[in-house]
Amino acid sequence: MTAEDFSRAGELVCPAGTPAALRTAVDAGADSIYCGFRNATNARNFPGLNFTPEELDASVAYAHARGSKVLLALNTYPPAGKVDLWREAAEQGMRAGVDAFIVADMGVAQHIAATHPGARLHLSVQAAASSPEAIRYYCEHFGVRRVVLPRILTIPEIKAIKREIPCEIETFIFGNHGLMVEGRCSLTNWLTGLSTNMDGVCSPAADVTYERDDDGTMRSRLAGFTIDSFAPEETAGYPTICKGRYNAPHRPEGYYAFEEPISLNLARLLPDLMAAGVHAFKIEGRQRSKSYVRRVVSAFRRAVDNIREGHAPDIGDLVALTEGQKETQGAFKTKKWR
Amino acid sequence: MTTMQSLRPVPRGPGFPGAVLRAALQPVLGRVVRRIAARHPDMFARIAPYQKADFLIVANELPFALHLRPDPDAPMMRAVPKSPLPPSDARIEGPFLLLLNLVDGESDGDAAFFSRELTISGNTEAVVSLRNALDDVDGSIAQETADLFGPPGRAVLGMLRRRGAAA
Repeated sequence: MTAEDFSRAGELVCPAGTPAALRTAVDAGADSIYCGFRNATNARNFPGLNFTPEELDASVAYAHARGSKVLLALNTYPPAGKVDLWREAAEQGMRAGVDAFIVADMGVAQHIAATHPGARLHLSVQAAASSPEAIRYYCEHFGVRRVVLPRILTIPEIKAIKREIPCEIETFIFGNHGLMVEGRCSLTNWLTGLSTNMDGVCSPAADVTYERDDDGTMRSRLAGFTIDSFAPEETAGYPTICKGRYNAPHRPEGYYAFEEPISLNLARLLPDLMAAGVHAFKIEGRQRSKSYVRRVVSAFRRAVDNIREGHAPDIGDLVALTEGQKETQGAFKTKKWR
Repeated sequence: MTTMQSLRPVPRGPGFPGAVLRAALQPVLGRVVRRIAARHPDMFARIAPYQKADFLIVANELPFALHLRPDPDAPMMRAVPKSPLPPSDARIEGPFLLLLNLVDGESDGDAAFFSRELTISGNTEAVVSLRNALDDVDGSIAQETADLFGPPGRAVLGMLRRRGAAA
């Protein structure tokens, strides 16, 4: 894959948790699809999800035959001294012919840069690089070609960063709102002993339970701790601690202390993002179904094509797929989004 | 999310007891699950730790529940009473058409959960594994099932899909 293949602004980067989802994304118009192996080397290490090396081989062939690229997420942090899994994953990715590796850990970046000098590196949002100085460090030392920005910056801030860095910018446009300092969050670890950043699993399903009362009230629990309680007709969210609703002395009725169950949707900001120098748009949701992939990718394919043709983007209604069935433009629009 | 149209509950009159209906369905359900397992052997790898798990699938409108054990060597699906439900490792409940669309990859399970149409209980990891295994299947499991029964099966599926599309 040459640099020119990555050169067109508005690249649509889409999620795939299974080979079927990857094929669905390709067929729906994804420019790139990101995915991971069935182990701790990526940040969606969920049961029954992800790819074997053989599945990756076949998936890369399918994507390349149709003009799409495959980006391999190796975006977790190896525990000290336990790097073999990540090295092996990099080898398997190279053999499969992936178009880029998405990395967060400096050791993983250094290993790939040194061992596979032709490989293209993208800096994962899990690296939480949000300043020109941090981003330039990764570019200068590991040859990073693209940074996935944390979802905490306004569009003017993104534009200012773009002027000071030598690489492409990718921003999330749909899915998880993700305001924690990514790659540093230890909330899951605190309750379950498993690390989002090293084991690749936030709120592991094995530790999640749902209880329902006769009146329809549902409680979500993680490792025995109640995270939220939803009234019978109330929409629900993921069972993550950051989106829990808690009682506190000053808020005895319960409130969302960190984040709310809500999804990012930047469909209406796509022209502004492109004008700010954003090169690629990322759709979150490797844990979601191929139905989600088909609908979201199709909607954003249409919107990006509209913009490229000089028209206002045709924005479909995606609220039914959002967490809590609510949408936000988050910090991209204003830092006073709540 | 558009609320999935519900089917009218199947009436249970005195002349058509649930036990008789379930007994009539058992060989059909067995044939269906064996056929699906034979056509999609790869799906079992995604559910490897839970191949011996007992799943209950409870469609709101049906007078019985389905008991599924995704064991590749002895796949099982049978109709069981709704009251009382037998013991299980995990339970999945929702409108019939929603469950049909989930199996077919036409609806998103997380969205159905957010909207509260879909309810899960028991072993969440087992449910997530089953969902991911089914979602990696290309094509339509419902269509394959309908094809097993020829034109009558396809006619019933077509009717169900039209009702779902009209919802």
